[in-house]
Amino acid sequence: MNQGSTQTNGHRTTAFFTDSTLCIGCKACEVACKEWNQISEDGYDWSSFSYDNTMAVGHSTWRHVKFVENPTTVGLGGNAPGQLPSWSFSSDVCKHCEEAGCLEACPTGAIVRMETGAVFVQPDVCNGCAYCVVSCPFGVVEKNEEDGRAFKCTFCSDRQKAGLKPACAQACPTESIQFGEINQLRQHAEDRLKDLQAKGVDDAVIYNPVDTSVKGIHAFFLLRGDPRAYNLPPQPEVPTIYQKKAWTSAAVAAGAMLGATLLAFLGDNRR
Amino acid sequence: MSRVPLPEMPDRVPDQHSEARLAEIRREAAERGTVSGKGALPIGAPFPKATSETGYYGIPMLKEPQWTKEIPVYFFVGGAAGAAAVVASAANLLTDNRDLVRDARWVAAVGGMISPALLISDLGVPSRFLNMLRVFKLQSPMNMGAWTLTAFSTFAGASAFANLVRQKFGEALPVRLIENSSGVLASLTGMVLSTYTGVLIGATAIPVWNDHAVSLPHHFAASGVNSAVSILELLGHDDSRGLNLLGMAASAFEVYEGMELELSRDRVNEPLHKGLSGSIVRAGGILSGPVPLALRVVSLITGNMKMRRVACWASLVGSLLTRFGWVQAGHASAKDHRVPLQLPEKVKEIRKSSHELAA
Repeated sequence: MNQGSTQTNGHRTTAFFTDSTLCIGCKACEVACKEWNQISEDGYDWSSFSYDNTMAVGHSTWRHVKFVENPTTVGLGGNAPGQLPSWSFSSDVCKHCEEAGCLEACPTGAIVRMETGAVFVQPDVCNGCAYCVVSCPFGVVEKNEEDGRAFKCTFCSDRQKAGLKPACAQACPTESIQFGEINQLRQHAEDRLKDLQAKGVDDAVIYNPVDTSVKGIHAFFLLRGDPRAYNLPPQPEVPTIYQKKAWTSAAVAAGAMLGATLLAFLGDNRR
Repeated sequence: MSRVPLPEMPDRVPDQHSEARLAEIRREAAERGTVSGKGALPIGAPFPKATSETGYYGIPMLKEPQWTKEIPVYFFVGGAAGAAAVVASAANLLTDNRDLVRDARWVAAVGGMISPALLISDLGVPSRFLNMLRVFKLQSPMNMGAWTLTAFSTFAGASAFANLVRQKFGEALPVRLIENSSGVLASLTGMVLSTYTGVLIGATAIPVWNDHAVSLPHHFAASGVNSAVSILELLGHDDSRGLNLLGMAASAFEVYEGMELELSRDRVNEPLHKGLSGSIVRAGGILSGPVPLALRVVSLITGNMKMRRVACWASLVGSLLTRFGWVQAGHASAKDHRVPLQLPEKVKEIRKSSHELAA
């Protein structure tokens, strides 16, 4: 991979590679993220689904560890029927899409692309219109109803500026969350996949929807099994792709509206 | 507090049958040391699963819209105001009905004043409404909408004010020019205002909305015309043949649109048929389509003006319900994780309880 190709204005494009085969579900990333970014607590609700009580990323959860309980009959890691089920953990985060729906939709320009490639919501510009919420194909960004503004992972842009790793990657004890230059990390993910496959882990996949209108993500994952079990959509689409036909339709509708109104009054003259 | 809605779970309490079975198991265990056969289902079973066929425990993948009730009301008011501006210009151009022109200008102007108030009060930080006007962003329908509304309110207000000046102080060519030119600009921006709301929700990640990205602008335009006509007729213009014709055309289109929605039977469109959103969309469709169309036709034949007024009220309520229904459908659609995850239609039971495996 040519490292120079991602250099933008002297800055390198960075990425997260979350290798879920190394994740032990300790939630250190969730804690570190909340501590560094000073996000409010999520409340003490029990989800009753596995040991995951956070359930999804949102305005107060920028890292979220998913607990996928594998059925005993599928047999991961040598489980035979009758044995205890196994767990797959995966730390979810904002995907920092190449074509980001939230960024496109934001009417104030509050959501910007940082020099590191991160998608960032400027809290001093956001006016809380919540249009980004319905424009994210991954259901990540959310409006904090108390605060009024939308929040999501900042990619620890403040830490990155100081040359530090994002808090979650720093805190991860197993290097499941890896941070680095995007092309190097992509290559590393490919190598890791090959390595796993050579070891007989044939259900390992890389989740990075490069073939969709999202055109790839800056936070990609290595998972075991179907990404859908991790609430990752097989075909995320940036909503901008619907605009052309919608605006065309609006133009036709506007014309029809004008034509119909003129026609209706054409016979109504000089009463 | 993050607000992740829990997926629907069967509300199961210990019943006599399972309690009796538990007692049996306890007795068997005490007497024989082992237990044979199936156990009892625990409370809450069957539990949600995280698989390729069920998604992640059925937890919604998308976030629900976080707009307040002001937004569907704004869709309604903005749509009616935009269409009223078009009616004003058309009537001004083609008829001698000065009263209709005046009232249509005022409906547009008042709508142009209420709409920003509704839009601003929905914002999380209302004082930052003007942040939407710090950029001109073609790829953001919300930004285009803010600009359109700003322009529309200005032109519609100017046109109505000029009309007032003319009526109070007599004819003057410059005033007339201001009224007519701002009236034309108001109708041009009004056409965008009445249709862009369809683009606004059509170009999102919400499946039921983006599935109708093409039909929504038409649907909302017809709805806007329908309500503008109805407001004007209720204001006393029930003698206008043009308004009646326009009302019939809009209602006829709503009949077609309602049929199209009724026939779209795939999983994406479930929110338009089922649950609260389905009821509201249907009620809105019936009240703004077949009901006013039939009443208007009967009124035209029999000359019964009361029926025409009922048609107007039905159209207004129907248009408002249509907007509420579509926003509600967006909520239901966001909660349905099956569509964006492309889960199989039929889920086969792949996980067995430990009791079943032991048996």
